[in-house]
Amino acid sequence: MPGILKIAYKLLVNDRTKFIALLVGITFAVFLMIEMTSLFAGVLSRASSTVINIGASIWVMDPAVQTVANTIPLPDYVLDEVRSIPGVKYAVPLYSGAALLRLRDGTYQSANVIGLDDTSLFGRPELISGKIEDIFAENAFIAIKDSEFYKLKGANIGTEFELNDHRGVIVGLAHVASSGLFGVPTLYTTYYRTLQYIPNTRFTISYVLVEPKTPADVANIKRQVVAAGYLALTKDEFIQKISYFYKYQTGFGTNLLIMTVMSFIVGLSISGQTFYTFILENLDKFGALKAIGAKGRELISMILFQATFVSLTGYGFGVGLCALVIWLARLYLPDYAAIVTAGNLGLAFVMVVVIASISSYIGVRKVLKIEPFDIFRG
Amino acid sequence: MPQTAIQAVGLNKWFGEGEAKTHAVKDVSFDARFGEMLYVVGPSGSGKTTMLSIISGILRPNSGTVKVEDTDIWNISTDQLAEFRLHKIGFVFQDYHLFPRLTTVENVAIPLILQKRPWDEALTEAAKDLEIVGLKGRNELPPVKLSGGEQQRVAIARAIVSRPDILILDEPTASLDGDTGRNVVQFVREHILSEQRCIIIVTHDSRIYEFADRIMKMEDGKLTGFEKSSLREGNLDAQ
Repeated sequence: MPGILKIAYKLLVNDRTKFIALLVGITFAVFLMIEMTSLFAGVLSRASSTVINIGASIWVMDPAVQTVANTIPLPDYVLDEVRSIPGVKYAVPLYSGAALLRLRDGTYQSANVIGLDDTSLFGRPELISGKIEDIFAENAFIAIKDSEFYKLKGANIGTEFELNDHRGVIVGLAHVASSGLFGVPTLYTTYYRTLQYIPNTRFTISYVLVEPKTPADVANIKRQVVAAGYLALTKDEFIQKISYFYKYQTGFGTNLLIMTVMSFIVGLSISGQTFYTFILENLDKFGALKAIGAKGRELISMILFQATFVSLTGYGFGVGLCALVIWLARLYLPDYAAIVTAGNLGLAFVMVVVIASISSYIGVRKVLKIEPFDIFRG
Repeated sequence: MPQTAIQAVGLNKWFGEGEAKTHAVKDVSFDARFGEMLYVVGPSGSGKTTMLSIISGILRPNSGTVKVEDTDIWNISTDQLAEFRLHKIGFVFQDYHLFPRLTTVENVAIPLILQKRPWDEALTEAAKDLEIVGLKGRNELPPVKLSGGEQQRVAIARAIVSRPDILILDEPTASLDGDTGRNVVQFVREHILSEQRCIIIVTHDSRIYEFADRIMKMEDGKLTGFEKSSLREGNLDAQ
């Protein structure tokens, strides 16, 4: 490290009170920013859990559908029409809906029920116990062993329950990539069993899941589906649509944005003000350095180094604190929805860079203005 | 005849404009020589500090020239001027301006670090100069743990560590009691002054006049005359 930066480092860290205040300010701001955005990312991921777990390339739906949970049933002929589109390798129906289970102890529990195509079982979860062919057995359901599984109260293979006066029995346990948003257990069964067990409207297909022959066929399939009066979205597009809904049409995104901006302002206020005070207190020393022969760019490099060092250290602590809090929260709240993504970290990093830039800009302006002559005048 | 260290010719400096204009230095010309200890004295507001700032390359005059070893310092770039101060001039500020968050030896090493000398080498050199000013064993203390006289010595060590040709001390005894002030200046006279170095001291303190070779008197921004220190030479010699 160049000597001038070593001096800058010592000036910064040896002023313990201010250094800690700076670190706390930035750590707190980074923690809040990452925590907020991670919660949001977690919620968005869970909101799209069915899309992620089923994994179909193309989803055909009513154009008014906003989220995967709010389905608008499609008539059966849509399935036939989609199957007739050139470029479709196969298309299968999917049922996705809510049901009320009566457990062995007599209590009721809401559940999300997914009905898979009877012939292909496309989108089936990965079993951790039991056999997939048992799903065709009488009253058979597969329970997803995720953070909500405990709400089935000790369910295991062979556990029975009632669903709309029908007997249900768990024949397998499975896991999926992403848990749902609404805090209820998930059961998988066949499409036709869901129609028998769960009261339905005239139309029954929640989504038509499509696999194109080649990626080049996707555009044509989408066009043909739109021409038929429906909407076809790729998996990523559907996830984006769900995200868009939660971000911009629920107020959730706006609230998160406000919280993130507030975190930024808090961080900027604490660290900016502390850094400014730090510079003010050392202003005569910087003036003395200038008189001795330090060049303006050397003083700027000192301030930039100090701001960068404290910001990056605060960023590291903030990320660590956030990871710790999420880990602790998951110990006690298994369904705690928070995901630290590269995007969250990147956003917080950019915010920290902005905080460091503004703080150092204030410092640099002050230091460049000080005249060595003022040091002589006292 | 000793070689000229600083040659100032026709220096003028004013601040402000119109009615608020203050003429701080008025047509001042003088030479300072190697091997001499030159005092600049005068009442408050007489332009001593302004003149000192001009000759040390800190404050640009409105007119006049300052030559240091044949270099016209106000005719070179800002970076060159900073380099000039770094290599040629050592400053001892009135309030010392030591960094309280650095150790004593790190404070002294600052000019060498600015000269881009390696950290360890700079600290070793600085430790030697701390020994010269009588502060052996105080290297790792922060300046605030030192007495006023010791802090003054740290400031002196910092000023001489880069072996500058010209040493400028601004009111070196202002914050010290009488005995300590005399000791510090006597120390500078006996240990820091050499044939290759010129020392200029701005002071109000008549108790240290005895250590001067020449005393330059200023009043209302004008140079009013030179004296030889009465105790050293025993006579007054206006130039």
